[in-house]
Amino acid sequence: MNTLWNNYRYLILRRFTQISLLLLYFGANAWGWTVLMGNLSSSRFLDFVPMSDPYAALQMLAAGAALATDLLIGVAVITVFYLLIGGRAFCSWVCPINMITDAANYLRRKLEIDRVQNKQPASRNMRYWILALSLIISAIMGITAFEFISPISMVHRGIVFGLGFGWAAMLIIFLFDLFVLKNGWCGHVCPLGGFYSLIGKFSLIRVHHSEENCTLCMKCKTVCPERQVLHMIGKESLPVLSGECTNCARCIEVCDDDALGFSIRKLADNEKTGE
Amino acid sequence: MSENRPETKKKKQPLSDRRKFILNMARGVGLATLGGFVWSAYVDEVTASQLLLRPPGAIKEDDFLRTCIKCGLCVEACPYDTLLLAKPGDNKPLGTPYFIPRDIPCYMCPDIPCVPVCPTGALDEASVTTDGKLDINIADMGLAVIDSESCIAFWGIQCDACYRACPILGEAITIEYSKNERTGKHAFLKPVVHSDACTGCGLCERACVTEKPAIFVLPREVAQGRAGDYYIKGWDKNDEKRLENASEIKTTTNISKKSAVDSLNDGLEDLY
Repeated sequence: MNTLWNNYRYLILRRFTQISLLLLYFGANAWGWTVLMGNLSSSRFLDFVPMSDPYAALQMLAAGAALATDLLIGVAVITVFYLLIGGRAFCSWVCPINMITDAANYLRRKLEIDRVQNKQPASRNMRYWILALSLIISAIMGITAFEFISPISMVHRGIVFGLGFGWAAMLIIFLFDLFVLKNGWCGHVCPLGGFYSLIGKFSLIRVHHSEENCTLCMKCKTVCPERQVLHMIGKESLPVLSGECTNCARCIEVCDDDALGFSIRKLADNEKTGE
Repeated sequence: MSENRPETKKKKQPLSDRRKFILNMARGVGLATLGGFVWSAYVDEVTASQLLLRPPGAIKEDDFLRTCIKCGLCVEACPYDTLLLAKPGDNKPLGTPYFIPRDIPCYMCPDIPCVPVCPTGALDEASVTTDGKLDINIADMGLAVIDSESCIAFWGIQCDACYRACPILGEAITIEYSKNERTGKHAFLKPVVHSDACTGCGLCERACVTEKPAIFVLPREVAQGRAGDYYIKGWDKNDEKRLENASEIKTTTNISKKSAVDSLNDGLEDLY
């Protein structure tokens, strides 16, 4: 039991966070709760603190919309929050799509699909291209380009306000990740993840690797959804500094040798070792 | 195998870095263009829906589409569950709020709870405020339109359901009396909608007794025509103001007698 908790503690916490957030949003629409109203695009915490998706606001800006004060405050709140705890913490601790893509990735490992499909024909930098493209299209069409196709908001909004054919979006992403591209949506395509990667470059909370404890079992690289960020495993004691790390902490909990753990980045001195 | 191949098939030279870079850039730009066009075309199609009734205070549809963040705070604020967010499959601009008055109309709350909660200003408080106070009566969600052929009041049957349902009764809908020439002794009590007062709340559409409503709300852009700058009401001094800023365009055409004659004589060659 203890090892079970030890090996899945962050996963359980993440699922708990994701599902509680969904429930709180759902309760706001269904039963009039006021803890979290709205949805991930924009919401109000305790009917007072505005919170808004900075990427959506960026598209609005590109589309030529006038940005209201409430929106700007909300954007500031969210940006500062993720600057502190790690940009892509949104992806692994909040985003509902994470549960779908994690499930696909789990199945992929269990069914050993990677052994029949070992080429990954796409670059993980695609998301930054899509991010740039979304802003260009927003500017040209005068519309928030990604917000009209985003499966993230489609699914989240769907769970809170009624799903419609949103289940199809969920299925598409699941099948895409399972059969087309490993970590396809979250690790290659999603421009929101790309956006948070850029914010995450500067965040304070980091996974840290101690090379002296590492036994090179590579369990961390197997579970990591962004394995390129773990390039230092078994080579150097370094914090994971890439913004693409989602702070999901799967690597920390699968490590039996205490070679990985969270640390707070010290901004000025000793950035290299994180100590 | 490859050793057995004839010498003539030379091994390909490795690409130079320069060439690799250029090819990769071209590939990136090409893919981005491809994706960009598909994406733009899709977004353009899905936002083209015109027959949508927006919450009170909604700004112009074009601006609304770029400003609404699709958070649903207006939906949650509405005490009557009037407002809906467009779901995939509704064939409406995804995630944006709208309402279907025949199901649940806007009950025109005096405190307009849906508008002040909007974080982006897609629902504009100023557009529903008079003298510093919220005023739902100046909201403009749409305009009620009557199909006089299916409205039973136009048949001579007495029905004033829409008139009675109207929250600004007597201003937005009035009843016009006229003689029923068919019977000679009865009156028509015809409902008339006045576009300057109607807010498009849809209570009339909800109340209409016919199977499919004979009075229904359309977005104002769809429901109304526009006379344009060429016609003014000469008897109405206010209407002339519409043209105060109009600029005169003078066009002159050079008239040539020869071309007129040529044109008249044209096509006669075969006769002779």
